[in-house]
Formats: sequence, C-alpha cells, structure tokens
Amino acid sequence: MFIQQLSVFVENRPGRLVDVLEVLAAEGLDLNGLSVADTTDFGILRLILSDPARGEKVLKEKGFIVKCTEVLAVDVHDSPGGLLFAIKAMSSVGISVEYMYAFGTKLSNHAMVILKTDDNVKAANTLKESNVDVLSAIEVQQRLKKV
Amino acid sequence: MEYRYFQPEIETMDREQMRKLQGQKLHELVEWTYARVEHYRKKMDAIGVKPDDIQTIGDIAKLPFTTKADLRDTYPTGMFAVPNTEMERIHASSGTTGNPTVVGYTKGDIESWSESVARCLVGAGATKDSVLQVSYGYGLFTGGLGLHYGGEYLGATVIPTSTGNTARQIRLMKDLGTTHLACTPSYALYLAEAIEEAGLSMEQFKLTDGVFGGEPWTLNMRREIERRLHIKAHDIYGLSEISGPGVSCECDAQMGLHVQEDHFYPEIIDPETGEVLPPGEKGELVFTTLSKRGLPLIRYRTRDITRLLYDRCQCGRTTVRMEKPDGRSDDMLIIRGVNVFPSQIESALLEIGEVNPYYMLTVDRVNNLDTLDIDVEMSESMFSDEVRRVEDIEKKIRQKIESTIGISAKIHLVEQKSLKRTEGKASRVIDKRHLT
Repeated sequence: MFIQQLSVFVENRPGRLVDVLEVLAAEGLDLNGLSVADTTDFGILRLILSDPARGEKVLKEKGFIVKCTEVLAVDVHDSPGGLLFAIKAMSSVGISVEYMYAFGTKLSNHAMVILKTDDNVKAANTLKESNVDVLSAIEVQQRLKKV
Repeated sequence: MEYRYFQPEIETMDREQMRKLQGQKLHELVEWTYARVEHYRKKMDAIGVKPDDIQTIGDIAKLPFTTKADLRDTYPTGMFAVPNTEMERIHASSGTTGNPTVVGYTKGDIESWSESVARCLVGAGATKDSVLQVSYGYGLFTGGLGLHYGGEYLGATVIPTSTGNTARQIRLMKDLGTTHLACTPSYALYLAEAIEEAGLSMEQFKLTDGVFGGEPWTLNMRREIERRLHIKAHDIYGLSEISGPGVSCECDAQMGLHVQEDHFYPEIIDPETGEVLPPGEKGELVFTTLSKRGLPLIRYRTRDITRLLYDRCQCGRTTVRMEKPDGRSDDMLIIRGVNVFPSQIESALLEIGEVNPYYMLTVDRVNNLDTLDIDVEMSESMFSDEVRRVEDIEKKIRQKIESTIGISAKIHLVEQKSLKRTEGKASRVIDKRHLT
C-alpha cells in the first residue's frame, strides 16, 4: 500500500546536490521522481528510487544523513480536476497533507502524485473507497517502464 | 592640562609607601580569610603557610592561587567569609557548567568598590557637578549598579537609564545635560548612530567623557566613538569576582588603566608555570582583593593577558597601570558583554540528547553589535523528511543555548562530519571581531 521514499539532508551550498546525484548514478540507481524542500540553511531532498534499500545504504556509506519514510503513490488522471478529486476525498475526513509532489508516467493520461499525510493508513483507505488508485512499489515501477 | 584626583593621598602615594600599605592590608586579609574560609585554610595548610608568614607584599608569592573553579566547586556561598546575612548585596554571573558565579559584598565592600569607581570617574574628568548616565544593564550584572554607586559616591548626579529604549536615552542625555556616559563601547557606537539618524548634532549635548567596558574593543572603535560623540573615551576594567567595573580605568592621558591598587593588588604570572613575571612582561593578570571582607579572593587568576606599567603617568598618579588586555589564557569569549565559554554550548547540546556535540561558533560584529552564529551538525535522530520537524529541532537548540548562555544565537544545521575533528583541544571558535 505504501512505497519507500528516501529523504537526504543537504546543506545549501553549491555542489551538494551534484554529490548526491553522483552517488546514485555511480550505483546505477534509477531516479523515478524527486522534490526538494528548502529553507535558508538546508534542503531536504526527497527521492523515489528503483531500489530504495540500496540507495539508502550507499548514501549512508558516503556520509549522508538519510531517512526512509513510507509515502503514498497515487494515480491521478491527467485531466482538469484529476487531483482535486483525491485531495477533496481526504480533506472531507480531516486528513491533512504534510507534503506532496507529482511526476509523469509512461501511461498516457496518467500522472503520479506522492503524498505524505498525517495519517497515511486512513488516507490510503479513504482514497481506495473513493476509487482512487493507490499504487504499490511494483505498480510504480511498471508505470515508469517504457511501453 | 590640569589633572584632578578623588583621593590624592592614595592616587599619588609614594611607591614605597604604597607597598607598605599593601603589605599591611595583605596580612590583615590573609588573617581574616584563614580564620573564616575553610577552603583557603585547607589550601594554605596543604602547603604549610600560616597568616603570620605573610608580612610584606612580597610574601604574596607564598600564597596559593584562586581560580574560577574554586568558586564553582564551592557554589553557591562556600567562599563567603561572613554569614549571608552580613552581605549587603549579592551579584551573580553565568558560570562554565551551569552554576552561576555568586559574589557577595558587605557594606564595607560596596563602599571600597564605590570609592574605586569614583576615582575612575574623576580620572575621566568627572566632578560632583557632573551628570552621569549609566547605560549599562542594571541587575545581576555588576556594570549598572557598580557605576551607579560610584557616581553617587563621587556626588555626581546619576541617571540610571540602564540599557534599551535608545530614543529615550538620547532625549534624556540631551535634555538633562549628561556630561559622562557609562556603557559598553558597542552601545556607545549604537547611540552615536541613533543620534546621527535623529538629525541631532553633538553641539546640542553636554557630553565630554565616557567610561566604556564590559567587552573587548579596539583602538579603532575608540577613535570612532570619540569622533562621533565628540568625547574622550576611557577604558574601564573589572570583573565581578574581584568586585566589578572600576578595578582599573584610564585617566585623560589614556596611557593604560590605573589600577586601584590599595584595593586590588595586581600581579602578572606565567599562565603555564604560575611564576610571577618581572615588571613590564606580558602574562596573566592576577588580583588579590586587599580590602574585601565578604568574598575575599587571594591571587585570583583573571585569565586576562596583559602587562603592568610602573612608570609615573603624566597625570601625576603613581598607581600602577595595566594595558588593555589583549587576550585570554582560557577560551572565554565576551559577547555583548556576556561571558561565554564554548563548553557551555557543548553541554547545552548534550542535554538536548539527540544532538551531536559537534559545533562551531562564529562571533562577529555587525553594525557595532556582536553576533553569534552556531553551526550544529545534523544527526540521524534529529533528521526528518518534514521541514517543520527539522525546524522544530533547530528552535529547540536555539532556545536551549539561549537559556544556557543568556544571549541569543543563530543556529545553522550542517551536514554530519562537515565540522573539523581534531585530537585534543579542538578549535571551535572563529572570532572575526579581532581581524580588523
């Protein structure tokens, strides 16, 4: 029901993002999606990887502070109001979104939204009841494969 | 130029006579202290020195040193020579490990302290007709009340403005004809700026002199203060353990700070060996409180590095002068007038628990005010995927450090292992204030 997301602590100085991406590239890890949350001093780089366990291991070996978190991957129809429907379903039962980011998939007319809420279990159930697809890790990988 | 003294019989006393007076006072002090303070009795007994062995000021080298650790270990009042009820006042300053340093003054101690400050003020051109504005903080810090009582002892008119409310400070300074200003040098510059911004001219003020201390300042700052406030800026020195401001101060000649040496006997020692250094050599400044009876301190190591000048000053005073201290034999920093030890930051971080005790302090002076920035290494247990939670940790660290050292700091979270690790004594401080 949930997928693994890696969060990496990066100082706001030139070259740090490059360092993280180089570690992943050297390991041959596929970067499915990412977002950066930043403040004046530091940023939190959030990554969806093809192999999060291996990603966590190599980043930690290189001295990065990494945290693995469970998040929801939601399939959203790529049309006006597509996201609105999913968010409305959650807000109507009092779930609040901590953060979210989206990326495209190979499946036409479908986008993928990564969600972290204050209650992920309740959010997953609510979305399913509203007929919104909550994707497993395997389903995520399938949708990112070339067709 | 005409020089005035508050107590010429002391301030221009013949050197031989002064040493005789100091010897008598030292003997009385040691007798008093040996009989009343167990800590000193034990220390003296351990090296076999009795009060009767101390007859002249030269005998002082036989006595053991006192350090801040002695005060800390006997917290709160273990070094007091009189019952607490005999103390007229108690001040306290922040300590190295959370225990404040508590200092007590009998009625007589307040009087000799006030007398010292009064001599300093007269050295800075004040008379009983002067108007002294005290813009040091009033409270546990000795700056405010020290200058206040000294001003009253002299018979001057004292305006206890304390710190803050700069607009009102300036207004009172102008409307009440303040002639003497006492505050930290950085606040003096801040006042100068505010006066300029308000569109006022120094011609509208009666200010002639200032006594500034409580934090390190450079000759450049002195020139800047003198130029902008149209005054003579005198350096005043003191520390709460010894009494407070007024232990020494510059006269109009500005050729070193005259030590009130009938009350505070100065020595210069080698900080490594404890050996007394020949006159004129640079080393650690040590004071013995010849007149104090509440909290008498014998050979107290100030950790300030300076030298003593014994030649006669052009002002006619014969008292020994000390140069402005230009360093410390420990790692204490003075930030916005507050004593800060890096070890305090370390223990604050350790108390938070999940934080690595790796940090780097950067002290700077921006627009004449000291700033403190602290880099703290991120740890896995502190980290979260949510910005809000990481910012909560940052806030927690900031509040903890603020409540420990008493001043605010800006916290920067940095990556782990990004701060230098060194074997032994690590350099955890960058003080940019001395670079210019």
